[in-house]
Amino acid sequence: MADEVKLYGFPGSPYVSRVTTALNLKGIKYEFVAEDLSNKSADLLKYNPVHKKVPVLVHNGKPISESLVIVEYIDDAWKGVPILPQDTYEKAQARFWAKFIDDKCTPAIFKAITNHGEEQAVAEAQEQLQFLENELNVKGKKFFGGDNINLVDIAATFIAYWLGAAEEALGIKVLSKDKFPKITEWCGNYINCQVVKDDLVPREAIVAFFRKRFGNA
Amino acid sequence: MADEVKLYGLDGSPFVCRVKIALNLKKIDYKFVVEDLRNKSADLLKYNPVHKKIPVLLHSGKPISESLVIIEYMDDAWKGAPLLPKDPYEKAQARFWAKFVDDKCIPIVFKAIVSHGEEKDLAEAHEQLQFLENQLNEGKKFFGGDDINLVDISATFIAYWVGAAEEALGLKLVSKDKYPKLTEWCDNYINCQAVKDGLPPREILLGFFKMWFATPNSFVYNEFLNKSS
Repeated sequence: MADEVKLYGFPGSPYVSRVTTALNLKGIKYEFVAEDLSNKSADLLKYNPVHKKVPVLVHNGKPISESLVIVEYIDDAWKGVPILPQDTYEKAQARFWAKFIDDKCTPAIFKAITNHGEEQAVAEAQEQLQFLENELNVKGKKFFGGDNINLVDIAATFIAYWLGAAEEALGIKVLSKDKFPKITEWCGNYINCQVVKDDLVPREAIVAFFRKRFGNA
Repeated sequence: MADEVKLYGLDGSPFVCRVKIALNLKKIDYKFVVEDLRNKSADLLKYNPVHKKIPVLLHSGKPISESLVIIEYMDDAWKGAPLLPKDPYEKAQARFWAKFVDDKCIPIVFKAIVSHGEEKDLAEAHEQLQFLENQLNEGKKFFGGDDINLVDISATFIAYWVGAAEEALGLKLVSKDKYPKLTEWCDNYINCQAVKDGLPPREILLGFFKMWFATPNSFVYNEFLNKSS
């Protein structure tokens, strides 16, 4: 049986975007199964009974859930462009930063968004972003992965594309260029990578989403 | 300084304990550096500036933080007893379940303990624990099969800390009739030599929980709530 790969998701999800980027990096052909989150398919509930969420990757009938777990699986299961560093210590550092983005950074940013740019929430988000700014500064890197994107860049997809759209929708500023010159530059570089660009939904759609969901009445 | 290994931590922390167990499984000699969380060492702040938490593993002068990241690092860096499955799919499943234990299971179990078994918290905790019970229903002695792996290690808090909290609190979370497999797993797990050698004495945990429940706004309580993962 030739490799059958399906990805359950919806196009506007930054978590799904992580997986499509990884699949594109490895040149993997897959079928995208669009989910309506207000009416989840029987398949989704069968493949991810614990969280009932997207993305879910199904490889030859076997499901994997949780976007960063999926991305690491893709790196383990397929040869080609490496998504994690080869060096053991660098690999651990990549996992550390990806986890930091997931556990600390993105939630703080999201809180700043849902609180409509309230001062304290923005300050806390910027405190977390500063760690990422330093990380890019210290290494003098184009990407968190160096010359090429890696797990950390992929983990930070929300920051690269969704954050800017949210800022525009709500008239708030979290990732200012003067405070975060390196990250700002990184955002532009990241979303211009073909493997990322190919599956990004139009910015206006995301702006509209944030406006509708969190905008003032 | 070849292969010098140091572990920064505290005996009462289940997250530090995870790393101790992994070090025992790999038979790695290490130096344990005890941290006072009210007065963190300059070293700890240098080695973990992002979270300022324990555990931190230092290998030949290079620091790694976050207990599950540390354990994966150890499996990559040292031969010996495997901590993760070799097969990519099984490895992904192990990572999924370890993440589930960390992100969903432990927080809600902890919340139920802290709220002294408040009904809603208990119900949510039971829902998450049931997933773990079901995972063991496949006739497995451990989540890792015949031997312990990353998932078992991630659930150390459930195997040992919960029992101590239950006794201190007079509350039952993981009852034998509701969770026969999980209860059996707890016994098997804490009797593994590598685990036994890494666990703090139960009396210490009992004392800690009793004191803690008596003074819910104490420093240690809050520090634990902002636990290192």
